[in-house]
Amino acid sequence: MKNCEYQQIDPRTLVVSPSSAQKHTEKEAERPRRKWEVFPGKNRFFCGGRIMLARQSGVLPLTLGLIVFTCGLFFGFDCSFLVEHLTVFIPMIAAVLFLFVVISLLWTSFTDPGILPRATPDEAADIEKQINTSGSSTYRPPPRTKEILINQQVVKLKYCFTCKMFRPPRTSHCSLCDNCVERFDHHCPWVGNCVGKRNYRFFYSFIISLSFLTSFIFGCVITHITLRSQICKSLVQAIQESPASVVELVVCFFSIWSILGLSGFHTYLVASNLTTNEDIKGSWSSKRGADESGNPYSHSNIITNCCATLCGPMPPSLIDRRGFVPPDEAIPAASASEIELPLFTAKNDAHMEENCQDVALSCTA
Amino acid sequence: MAETHSLQDLQQPAVSSKVFIQRDYGSGTICRFQSKFPSELESRLDKQQFEETIQTLNNLYAEAEKLGGKSYLEGCLACLTAYTIFICMETHYEKVLRKIARYIKDQNEKIYAPRGLLLTDPIERGLRVIEITIFEDRSVGSGR
Repeated sequence: MKNCEYQQIDPRTLVVSPSSAQKHTEKEAERPRRKWEVFPGKNRFFCGGRIMLARQSGVLPLTLGLIVFTCGLFFGFDCSFLVEHLTVFIPMIAAVLFLFVVISLLWTSFTDPGILPRATPDEAADIEKQINTSGSSTYRPPPRTKEILINQQVVKLKYCFTCKMFRPPRTSHCSLCDNCVERFDHHCPWVGNCVGKRNYRFFYSFIISLSFLTSFIFGCVITHITLRSQICKSLVQAIQESPASVVELVVCFFSIWSILGLSGFHTYLVASNLTTNEDIKGSWSSKRGADESGNPYSHSNIITNCCATLCGPMPPSLIDRRGFVPPDEAIPAASASEIELPLFTAKNDAHMEENCQDVALSCTA
Repeated sequence: MAETHSLQDLQQPAVSSKVFIQRDYGSGTICRFQSKFPSELESRLDKQQFEETIQTLNNLYAEAEKLGGKSYLEGCLACLTAYTIFICMETHYEKVLRKIARYIKDQNEKIYAPRGLLLTDPIERGLRVIEITIFEDRSVGSGR
């Protein structure tokens, strides 16, 4: 019980402090900040926080460029011949597939993959307090793992020193994006984003539809060259008449191997409710014995696994990019070692003035 | 007097401590919170009321994440439209989250605020914890 004498107010514990009355008037003069502007991870935000990308967009422009370029060549050079000699459905199917591929790719790249916001200072302190129950005065960092039972199976939860919390099961910290991502699959440079709980279905749609598109274009171009060589009685002449087809063939040939392989691999993952991360680490393979699989997250059958992963309810974004930063979080604290957020806000002020013309704001940690 | 301290500031209670109800991963990655009654709340709240709140929240989250005909229909429709319906339509999960927000507000008004407690919606903490803020038990007139 606190006594009635004056005690020095610790700004970390108080929700409202007497000095905030003055700060409030200052804050009203400033523009209220949205949470994406003070996001601690290495992500870039566009359109006022509605769209997000990893810091390094990787080879996303190359992926998009290759797809658009190859399809452009197909529509420009092969379609006219094929419509004339076969059917008008060929460019229609190709157009539908192309749209599906591009839209899935953009969804995968621009969606929050399931980033977990970092623990608030109070939460982090509470976790440390729970672990450090021996009552020793020296500061001990929290232990790295905690064991829990999931469906009668022991699973180790790791402590994330960056996000200051025990990671939920199937969550992993992506070093490229500097975020903990739920149901972390992998960080895909082709897509320029992590693939996690929220955008795995988009990623899967992307690779499946891309497999269909590349196979379709490959088949159509082969048909085109075959038909043309039958007309001119010479393969070389056919190729000379339509050199773009050779370019498409080369691109599709090399893509098909990798894309079809990737599609097959991910179909296996979806059917067994695994992530790439778990499969590579072999988290559950050693447990294969009497049970069909040691995976505690797998449902009873393949159909349920597929439906759960691909058609399950769409989880919400947990980072609330468009929300406003509460005024108490922006108050700089006395001891700055644990609390990263206020320092980050101060750093961002300088950046904001430099980039006031830009729409995107690069978050530098 | 009136410049630095308004009467409202004096009456605003200070935060005494915060209790965090962690997630329960016993059934997998579904959103579920532990219903163990924290000792810090013993003086303020009935165990039964607390358990009822947590159980209702767990049921609501289970409803949001339920795999059933409706969610599959939503998923398949989304896939067929190249996920463009996510731009226009509110998902089932988001509808239930609004329901949860209303429930928490209701519980705060009826049960928790009169006892000097405040439940924070878990979505504001990334669905990691339910944060219960315990305010100081300050009676009126002890502002010396």
